[in-house]
Amino acid sequence: MTLESSLRAARESGRKLLVPYVTGGLGHGWLNIVRAVADAGADAIEIGIPFSDPVMDGRTIQEASQRALDIGATPAGIIDQLAGADIAVPLAVMTYYNPVHHMGHQRFAQRLAGAGVQAAIVPDLPLDELNGWADAADAAGVETVLLAAPTTSDERLAAICARSRGFVYGIALLGITGERTELAVEAGEMGRRLKAATDLPVLLGLGISNPSQAREAAAHADGVIVGSALIRRLLEGGGSEGAAAFVRELREGLDRDD
Amino acid sequence: MKVPRTRESALFAPRRGDAVTLGPPGPEPVGLGRYGEFGGRFVPETLVPALEELEAEFRTAWASDAFRLEYATLLAQYAGRPTPVTECHRLSERLGVRVFLKREDLTHTGSHKINNVLGQALLTKRMGKQRVIAETGAGQHGVATATACALFGLDCIVFMGAVDVERQALNVFRMQLLGAEVIPVTSGSATLKDAINDALRDWVASVESTHYCIGSVVGPHPFPWIVREFQRIVGDEAREQTREMLGGADPDFVVACVGGGSNAMGTFAGFLETDAELIGVEAAGLGLESGRHGASVSRGVPGALHGARSLYLQDEDGQILEAHSISAGLDYPGVGPEHAALAADGRASYDSATDAEALAGLQELCATEGIMPALEPAHAIGWLMREAGKRVPLGSTVLVTLSGRGDKDAMQVAELLTGETLA
Repeated sequence: MTLESSLRAARESGRKLLVPYVTGGLGHGWLNIVRAVADAGADAIEIGIPFSDPVMDGRTIQEASQRALDIGATPAGIIDQLAGADIAVPLAVMTYYNPVHHMGHQRFAQRLAGAGVQAAIVPDLPLDELNGWADAADAAGVETVLLAAPTTSDERLAAICARSRGFVYGIALLGITGERTELAVEAGEMGRRLKAATDLPVLLGLGISNPSQAREAAAHADGVIVGSALIRRLLEGGGSEGAAAFVRELREGLDRDD
Repeated sequence: MKVPRTRESALFAPRRGDAVTLGPPGPEPVGLGRYGEFGGRFVPETLVPALEELEAEFRTAWASDAFRLEYATLLAQYAGRPTPVTECHRLSERLGVRVFLKREDLTHTGSHKINNVLGQALLTKRMGKQRVIAETGAGQHGVATATACALFGLDCIVFMGAVDVERQALNVFRMQLLGAEVIPVTSGSATLKDAINDALRDWVASVESTHYCIGSVVGPHPFPWIVREFQRIVGDEAREQTREMLGGADPDFVVACVGGGSNAMGTFAGFLETDAELIGVEAAGLGLESGRHGASVSRGVPGALHGARSLYLQDEDGQILEAHSISAGLDYPGVGPEHAALAADGRASYDSATDAEALAGLQELCATEGIMPALEPAHAIGWLMREAGKRVPLGSTVLVTLSGRGDKDAMQVAELLTGETLA
């Protein structure tokens, strides 16, 4: 099952989509965290492959990436570990372009496909630079999720939606990843613009930090991606149980009837 | 022999006090900022519209006589251009080659960085932006940016690695005096690469009101093109000046230090169409075999960082490595994409000089010519001292771009030479 068909099915069942982000290689038991997050109500999981220079990431994910690198996390190692992990929901890796380029487009795509990873998100590979990678990903059956930003023009937004696979990632603020005290004003507008432009599942991410913000953002889209708020709990020692508890809270926030 | 100074003369060369005459614009990169297989625009989607706007603005401005006149006037009246070319008689005698220096150390703020920031400040005004961010390694680009912002009444924020804040305290103070806010960057290796990361992170959040004044021929398209064009005045002037001094001939060798590569690219731009052999000198740090260096062309592999496909120092998994150099300005694990392309097609070649060779170069130029170079161009001098009579045959003519003056490095050099800190 593709990421897109899986998310469409969940959307059609009437629920809002929840995609938590977990940094790959963050502690030797990181796969247990991924399993716990899957069981706690995630519709898919974003697996971060750490890069030394993550320019779209704020302090929290920078620190998680560094910790993972410090204990020896590598792109190949993370993908290969996912191969045998038997996670119950679809997976998308999130990494930067250099590790992909370094492994080679075709090898990276085939490695993902071989490990049963459905999709890839490469935030510093915009539409205009996509070709080499996207061709290899398409050939290997890996869905490339594209990001749209509050600064993106309508014309470009349409092109991004047309080329994106799996879902469209709406950047819900002007800035980098990290928790915020309030949902950014850009979130609602981003969701509305994307929903008007595409039938693909539309997920909002960046700055969505708690269940009420998740609920507020999801009102304008099909669902949300939550990264830094979850990663902070892991950096503070929350472990799989803490991660699962937080994902359950997010799930309840999204599912609540009122 | 005095050369007649008429416009008709083929040997008309710029001199101090002259008005600045810009040469014709250089070639645009192909497609989306491509130099051969290098370049491009590998950035988060959020930044794409701003880069498109900047590209359009620069293209229009650079073709506009009014803009070019305004820029040229600033270069003359504010930056002190044209800068001279100085023949180094005593150094030449020692090395057995004729050495000429392009004196960017004599510009206002003391390095070639001013050429680029004045141009980018004008672009910032044209785009109606009020806030400018910049990264800096040695502090030269930060000082230059702070200077241009003071001149134009723009708000200025400079990101600087915490390690560099420490070793370039004088420049930090200069920036603050000029009204800039200096933000020490503690992430990663806390040097130039990380300062660029944090500047990009700021820009992703502030892009609608802020211009990122990048200081070298690096970054996403259109930056490598813009910075090369704003620096080509160095090479264009030097070509005419050395032709005058060499009776119409070009130097056999044109040498410049390379970190990101802006002074070298500006210099090379003026000599690409000549027969001069172009040599970029990278930082070999503690030696190429030590693994502690900044020699991205010699030891890097293709990758994408800070928006451009180019050559970067990286490990077997594609993680970027920390660079090392005695000079903060060369302490960068990558190189501008046009340099990567010049290296690939062989039009320029790239070699390196160690920390020790750079220090020796600095001392030698002080002792023989009374000129204290910054540690960055001291690498080019150190390289020439090593290669004169070898790679550079005796009797050759050599132009070296002296990209900046050494005052900023005086404390560090004192410590290195005496083992003691100056009080």
